[in-house]
Amino acid sequence: MTQIDDSKAQLGLPRSGRLALVTGVLVVVGAALAFTFAYLISYPSTVVAAATASDTVVLQSVGAIGLGNHPTWVSYMAQENGNWVHSTVLTVPANSDVHFKIYQYDSGSPLRNPYMDQVAGTVGGTETLNGQVVRIVNDNADGGIGHTFAIPSLGVYVPMPGISSLQTNACSTPVPCATTFDHNTVEFTIHTGAPGTFTWQCFVPCGLGFLIGNGGPMSTFGYMGGYLKVVA
Amino acid sequence: MMTAKAGPSGEPAELSDRQHLSRIGIIWLVLSVVCMALVYFAWGPHMPPGTDSVQAKGQQFDNTVLATVATPVILFIWVYLAYVLINWRVRADTPVAELRDGPAIRGNLRFQATWMIVTGATVLSMFIFGTYELVKDSGSGTGSGQAPIWTPAGYSVDASQNKLLVVQAIGQQWRWTFRYPQFGGIETSQLVIPAGQEIQYSVTSLDVIHSFWATNLGIKADANPGVNNIAFGQATKIGPIDIRCAELCGVWHGAMYATGQVVSRNDFQTWIAAEQYAHKDLITFLPPYADFYLPQSDGGFYDPSANPLPNPPGPTPATSPTVIP
Repeated sequence: MTQIDDSKAQLGLPRSGRLALVTGVLVVVGAALAFTFAYLISYPSTVVAAATASDTVVLQSVGAIGLGNHPTWVSYMAQENGNWVHSTVLTVPANSDVHFKIYQYDSGSPLRNPYMDQVAGTVGGTETLNGQVVRIVNDNADGGIGHTFAIPSLGVYVPMPGISSLQTNACSTPVPCATTFDHNTVEFTIHTGAPGTFTWQCFVPCGLGFLIGNGGPMSTFGYMGGYLKVVA
Repeated sequence: MMTAKAGPSGEPAELSDRQHLSRIGIIWLVLSVVCMALVYFAWGPHMPPGTDSVQAKGQQFDNTVLATVATPVILFIWVYLAYVLINWRVRADTPVAELRDGPAIRGNLRFQATWMIVTGATVLSMFIFGTYELVKDSGSGTGSGQAPIWTPAGYSVDASQNKLLVVQAIGQQWRWTFRYPQFGGIETSQLVIPAGQEIQYSVTSLDVIHSFWATNLGIKADANPGVNNIAFGQATKIGPIDIRCAELCGVWHGAMYATGQVVSRNDFQTWIAAEQYAHKDLITFLPPYADFYLPQSDGGFYDPSANPLPNPPGPTPATSPTVIP
């Protein structure tokens, strides 16, 4: 008790003043923590990409998203009810054959690991590239591979060729890109199992200007990777 | 239990320092004997990484021995702390004049010599034990660099003389793949190995530093770009393999895992033949097998020219098909 009285004398504050001071500090610290925590857990909105098994998940990959904090970064967009949304968090139904259609507008390069030239994890082990059913896409051919749509924990790997180096009508911002621009259309079907959340990502080091191409959009949630939420 | 003699006024006399030390020593000794037996015999057989391979079993034994040796050390700290708190705690009504310090350690040659001999012997014996264990199992499942010192029988730097089954574990952000150079260099997404066969894991990376960790096999080797990090192992039990990346490597590090299977030798031959057939078209697109691969400046592909070993030429883009239906 004596020590508390000494402390009080040193501070020169009445009890109510000390209480207000402590409360103020707690409020400031709490607000800072809440802001930091909210920032850390914030991620793009969830897109109901396919509400039922008969719906098709429609995506497009673009060379520069043209909006947000990083307008020059490569990214995906997803369609929800016919509207394009900048998000990589997709909801699809569980225990269903879910069909994907991806418009690929970006240019490409050889893969770091050509093992992913081969389609894997899709129904039939194939993808449909511009109307042609294929099992392997040569990453060393003209346009290389623009991006891969991969869900590693489900064993899904789908290479998507880049647009030809001879293209003259490439899409530039603003997005979304119209189908009148040069693009490749990739379609495939995956069978979703039990509900769960699975990460998906691109395996082409497409983060230009970043260390070994895997920084920036490759390492920032919401650009070249996201979550596939399989829901019951 | 020692008791204090009664003083002239009938109150119990204080124990001498030696008596306190004896009490602490007896309590510590009894607890240590009981707990060391429990740690070694009851906990030890359940310690990670289990007994799925020679290396895992060796590591489990090491963990058991280390935990058993650590037990009396930890107990000494706890017993001493508890004894001090109970017996020498200063109570609120203790007059300041009656407070006294314990016996000085400084200048106590006997105490200091005992302390140094016991701790020195403990650390030294652990060093000898650890080194022996590391050498005994050809590196005990750890990555030993490009020129390992402790190698198992049958290993040779010369690939044509090497009798071990070589599996190359390739890490990239964020997945593992595996190549089998003795089977045409095919690449797979699963690690499948035969039981009872000495395996040479050649670990490398295509981008940043990863760490190949087959948890239940006790194999752990850093995957560095431009480096062939070799580890040896021999699985003994048929069953699944759990593979993780043990080096923080980016945003999806937590999702960088793979699975595998330890199978019989016959099943392995069947599996590898099926994989070779399944990948017969893809193999022409892969670069020749190399100890490691380097990314090129165009942002992709890995360069077979980094391989110092002679290899057949890789695919030529001009003549390769664009797609294979």
